Amino acid sequence: MLLGPSLAVSAVLFALGVAGVLLRRNAIVIFMCVELMLNAVNLTFVALAQSLGVAGQIFVFFVMAVAAAEAAVGLAIILAIYRHKQTVDLQNINLLKG
Amino acid sequence: MPSALQLLWLVPALPLAGFLANGVLALRRPRAKHAVSIIGVGVLLAALALAIVIVLAFLREGTPGPLVFPYWEWMPVGELHVTVALQLDQLSAVMLLVVTGVSSLIHVFSVGYMGEDPGYARYFAYLNLFVFFMLVLVLGASFPVMFVGWEGVGLCSYLLIGFWFNERINADAGKKAFLVNRIGDVGFLVAMLMIFAHTGSLDFQPLFAQAPKLFTPGGPAVTAITLLLFLGCTGKSAQIPLYTWLPDAMQGPTPVSALIHAATMVTAGVYLVARCNVLYALAPVASAVVAGIGALTAFFAATIALKQWDIKRVLAYSTVSQLGYMFLGVGSGAYAAGIFHLVTHAFFKALLFLGAGSVIHALHHAYHATHSREDAQDMRNMGGLARHLPWTSTLMWVATLAIAGIPPFAGFFSKDQILSAAFSLGDVHPLWYVYWLLGLLTALLTAFYMTRLMLYTFHGPNRTGERESAHLREAPWVMTGPLVVLAALSLAGGALNVPALLRGREWLEHWLEPVTAVAARLRPGIEVPHGTEWALVIAAVAAAGLGIIAAVRLLRPEELVPARLAPAERGFARVLWKKWYVDEIYDFLFVRPLIWLSREVLWRTIDLGLIDGAGVNGAARLSRALGWIGSRLQTGQLGFYVVLFVGGVLAVLWTAVR
Repeated sequence: MLLGPSLAVSAVLFALGVAGVLLRRNAIVIFMCVELMLNAVNLTFVALAQSLGVAGQIFVFFVMAVAAAEAAVGLAIILAIYRHKQTVDLQNINLLKG
Repeated sequence: MPSALQLLWLVPALPLAGFLANGVLALRRPRAKHAVSIIGVGVLLAALALAIVIVLAFLREGTPGPLVFPYWEWMPVGELHVTVALQLDQLSAVMLLVVTGVSSLIHVFSVGYMGEDPGYARYFAYLNLFVFFMLVLVLGASFPVMFVGWEGVGLCSYLLIGFWFNERINADAGKKAFLVNRIGDVGFLVAMLMIFAHTGSLDFQPLFAQAPKLFTPGGPAVTAITLLLFLGCTGKSAQIPLYTWLPDAMQGPTPVSALIHAATMVTAGVYLVARCNVLYALAPVASAVVAGIGALTAFFAATIALKQWDIKRVLAYSTVSQLGYMFLGVGSGAYAAGIFHLVTHAFFKALLFLGAGSVIHALHHAYHATHSREDAQDMRNMGGLARHLPWTSTLMWVATLAIAGIPPFAGFFSKDQILSAAFSLGDVHPLWYVYWLLGLLTALLTAFYMTRLMLYTFHGPNRTGERESAHLREAPWVMTGPLVVLAALSLAGGALNVPALLRGREWLEHWLEPVTAVAARLRPGIEVPHGTEWALVIAAVAAAGLGIIAAVRLLRPEELVPARLAPAERGFARVLWKKWYVDEIYDFLFVRPLIWLSREVLWRTIDLGLIDGAGVNGAARLSRALGWIGSRLQTGQLGFYVVLFVGGVLAVLWTAVR
């Protein structure tokens, strides 16, 4: 029941997230793409929980909690970078290299 | 068994305790000279007294076979069981008495000779350690235990040659002695391994009993073993080709030269051959080599001694020469005669060296008093010392007559027995006549160079210098005392083994019979008719007398000038003075190629090129290159990392799904 379409949607969402991370340069947009990938995974968990048991749904809450924490820390970092360099374009943030 | 024999371990243990005590004093209280003297000499006198008691008990016991005292198992490895054991038999009893006796006298002498040296405690520590190792060498009941002593005396020799190590020449002489001896020791070690491989045992007792059954007489195995053992002897006992270290060893203090490089350590090779007499009797070729090298060394060293000016160098070459005699004796199968000469030589050569020490002591003090920097050992700076050192002069004349072989002094008997043993084998092979002739010529040269030494040192006008000669004094009694004892022994030592020809009882010969019995059966001595024997005796005495007379007639002590004014030697005299250029030849043939090999191949090519270049620095360069490649991946561009990351994940997924 709706398993196939649900998984297809989550796959598309995940691929969009990956493509965004790969292609975009703005840190905020990349951050949003990461969130998109997390939510694609959440959708997979929920869809599979129908047939495999309730553990998948429980796991979604954990992912959300981690995503919330990550959002707090990640946005704080981006804010700090912006204050420091007046930009959030990752092309210009390349001090750490070999 | 009487209790005294059970105390055999205490004889080497006493000097070891002395070494430990003096070693601690040398490190903590180097100025406590009284304590050092009491400990250093005390342990030796105690060891001597104990040795006498033990030998007397052994005499009373009357057992023909050796007494073996095992103490603990040292190396149980597979079939090899090396037990630390001491052995007392007739041969080691003789050596025990000689070593402890001569060592005691020389320790007493050292109290006077080294009295003002800042390294006094260190000196006695080394000297005690030497006696310990020497006793282990002569008392050891197996090859490995003997080898411990063998190496130990080598170590002490090295330490004492370089005793005044602040001067480079002394340190170099010590190193030379150590390195040359290593060459010989390789022979000893390989011989030991071969003995084990062929017999499965390294203990003297079973080995010598089984040897006639295990080895084919004259076979390659026993010949190789005995020749390799003899290589060890040529190192330790300074025979051709490894003798060059001994004259340089004279850089050490004179009592050390007397003890280690004349009376005891250098005779270890003779002891080894006599100890292995069964093996040598089974290998006639090796015995002939031993005798040949001995005769050649005796003659060769005697020619060098003719033209040396350093009083100790003359005695050093004389020692090499006399050791050659001993090897001629044991090589001829006359083991008792060889040991006899070892004993008498220990007496008169120790006396000569200690006498030389007393002369050097006097000259050193004289030069010290006037702040002169002349050479206190050069005979050209001596002359006429008989007036200033009457005791030393008289006693050294006794030793000179003994070493020259004038009856009734000790050297006459021992040298005569060796020569007649070599001559008697002339029937077997004419080569032995050549050996005998070399021995006879050596006797002539010996008498000549010893008389030369005495004339230049003690007679004629004094060349020390006008101000200095006022300071020449006879040594204190603590130094002349041992000389008197040694002179008495040099005079009477021949009584140990008076030949039957002179209505003697051949006491030493009979005493050593149990040790040499098997060898005597394998290789019976050849009886020489009485007439021939008399002729041999007369020839030997005539050679000695001729040498002395020639020296008195030919040499002009009054024409000598002090060393600093002396002209350079010319012609053949220069060749002799330069020791036949043997050191230079060895330097050219062995030392320089070896240094070149070490520097150019081992150091520059292998160490610097291969190990440092390819190994250490190569590894560093490789990891740096790999690191450089890794660092190129780290661009700082987040997008690039993500591409790699996603690519990696896809690759992992691809392989996992497939």
